[in-house]
Amino acid sequence: MATVQQKTLPLNGDEAVAYAAKQSDVDVVAAYPITPQTIIVEKFSEYVNNGEVDTEFVCVESEHSAIAACLTAALTGARTFTATASAGLALMHEMVYVTAGCRAPVVMAVTNRALSAPINIHCDHSDAMAERDSGWIQIWAENSQEAYDSVIQAFRIAEHPDLLTPVMVNLDGFFLSHTLENVKVSRDDDVKKFVGTRKFPSVIDAEGKRVPFKLDPDNPLTMGPLDLPDYYFEHKRQQEEAIRFAPKIIKEVHDEYARLTGRRYGNGFVDAYRLEDAEIATVCLGSAAGTTKTVVDQLRAKGIRAGVLRIRTLRPLPVEDIVKNFGNMKAIAVMDRSNSVGGHGGPLFHEIRHVLYDTQAHPNVVNYIYGLGGRDMPQSIILQIYKDLQEIATAGKVKKVVQFAGVRE
Amino acid sequence: MSQQLKGWKDVSIAGVCWKPATDYHTGDWRTFKPSRDSEKCTKCLLCHMICPDAAIKWNKEAQDIEFDYDFCKGCGICANECPVKAIVMVQEGGE
Repeated sequence: MATVQQKTLPLNGDEAVAYAAKQSDVDVVAAYPITPQTIIVEKFSEYVNNGEVDTEFVCVESEHSAIAACLTAALTGARTFTATASAGLALMHEMVYVTAGCRAPVVMAVTNRALSAPINIHCDHSDAMAERDSGWIQIWAENSQEAYDSVIQAFRIAEHPDLLTPVMVNLDGFFLSHTLENVKVSRDDDVKKFVGTRKFPSVIDAEGKRVPFKLDPDNPLTMGPLDLPDYYFEHKRQQEEAIRFAPKIIKEVHDEYARLTGRRYGNGFVDAYRLEDAEIATVCLGSAAGTTKTVVDQLRAKGIRAGVLRIRTLRPLPVEDIVKNFGNMKAIAVMDRSNSVGGHGGPLFHEIRHVLYDTQAHPNVVNYIYGLGGRDMPQSIILQIYKDLQEIATAGKVKKVVQFAGVRE
Repeated sequence: MSQQLKGWKDVSIAGVCWKPATDYHTGDWRTFKPSRDSEKCTKCLLCHMICPDAAIKWNKEAQDIEFDYDFCKGCGICANECPVKAIVMVQEGGE
C-alpha cells in the first residue's frame, strides 16, 4: 500500500529517468547525448531551460568530460547525475574506475546499447558489462517504472556515508528507452524528502584534524592522489569492503521506498518469479524478464514447474539469493544479452554458474546468448529454451553448454 | 623508511592524504643538481619564478636565492633558462 500521493504519466524509459532526476534535487548534471540515451539529456535540458530545476547543467564536449565533471562535482559534496550509452560509456571507461576509486557517489543512467563494430544503436548489454568490474553498483531495470524508481533510490544508496559508491541504473535501449509506458510518479516534495541531503563521513586531513570528506577551501583535502605499490592494494581492498556493505543499504532504501509507493522489485536484489517449487528456471537481466514471466505463466498453466530469476543488482552480486533460489533446481538456463568473445559463455553465465559451483545440488547450468544488437527475443525462443531445460532435467545431463538463441545459421 | 605501514582498515577513504605533500621529499628523485655561480648571477629571479616545484626561494635576509634540495627534482629548467648562464647541472655525488 502506497502512503504517498501518486499520479500516472505516459513516459518512455528515458523520460522516466529524466523525471526521476528532475525530482531528486540534483546539483550538477553533465552529460553528452548519445542514442538511445538522448531523450534523457534533451528532457533534462528542457527542465533547466524552463527553470523547473535548480541544477547546474554542464554542456561538455565528450562523455569522458561528462563523467569527469560529475566526479569532481560529487567530491565537493554536490549531488550529481549523468547518463550515457554504448560508445559513450566506453569513452568514460577510465573515469568510471576513477569515480568508484575516489568514492564519488555519482548516479548514472545507462541506456544499454551494443558496442561497435559493426555499428549498431540497438539494445544489448555489452556496454555495461565492460564496466562490471569497475567498482560501481549496477541496478538493472525491467521496465520504465523500475527505471524511475531505481534512479530515485540510487541517490540514497550512492550517497550513504558508509558506502559512497557510484550507482549505474541500466535500462534496455529502445525496448524501454523509447517505449511509452504508464509510469506512476510521486510528488516532487515527497521525492525530495526521500532523497534528502548529502551527509559526509569524516576524514583526517594533513594537519591531523577531523574534517568532512568533501573538497572545501576552508578544510583543504588532497583527493585522488598517487598510490604506489605500498598503498594501492590497501585502498582497493577497502573499496571491496565498502561495496560489501551495500546490500544492507540497498535493502533499507528499497524497503523504505516500498512503504511510500507500494512498489517493490523482488527483495531489491533479485526478482524471483514462480520459483518456490520450480524444477527448471531461467536467469536474465532487464526487459527480457517481462516476456519470460509471460512464458512461465503459459508453462505453469500446462503444469510445468518453470520459473525465472531476474537479477536486479549485478553488483554487488546477490550470491546468497542465487544459492537460495536455485538450491533444488534441476536445470537452469542463463540468458546473456552480451557475449564474452572467446570466453566460455556470456558474463551473466559466468557469475551464476560460478556461484552455484559450491552448492550441494550442483545443478546443470547452460547458457544462451540472445538479442545482440537489438535482435528481438520472442516468446517462441524462450519456450524453446524451457523445452531444452526439460530435456536436461529429464536426462540429467547437458548436451551443449553454450548456445546462441535467435541467430540465423 | 622504517615507519609502520597502515593496513586497509586504517588507511583513509579513497586515498585522502593524511600527511601534507611536503612530507614527501621529491628531491630524492634527483640525478642532476643545479649549482649556481654567484658571481655570474644577476639575481633577476627568473629561476625563482619558473621553477615548477617552487624549490628556488628568495631569502629576504640574505637578499639572495637559495635552492631547496628537499624538493628540487633536478629538472634543469633553471639552468636552461638562466639568461646569464649562471646555473649549471652537476651529477649528484659527482663534485
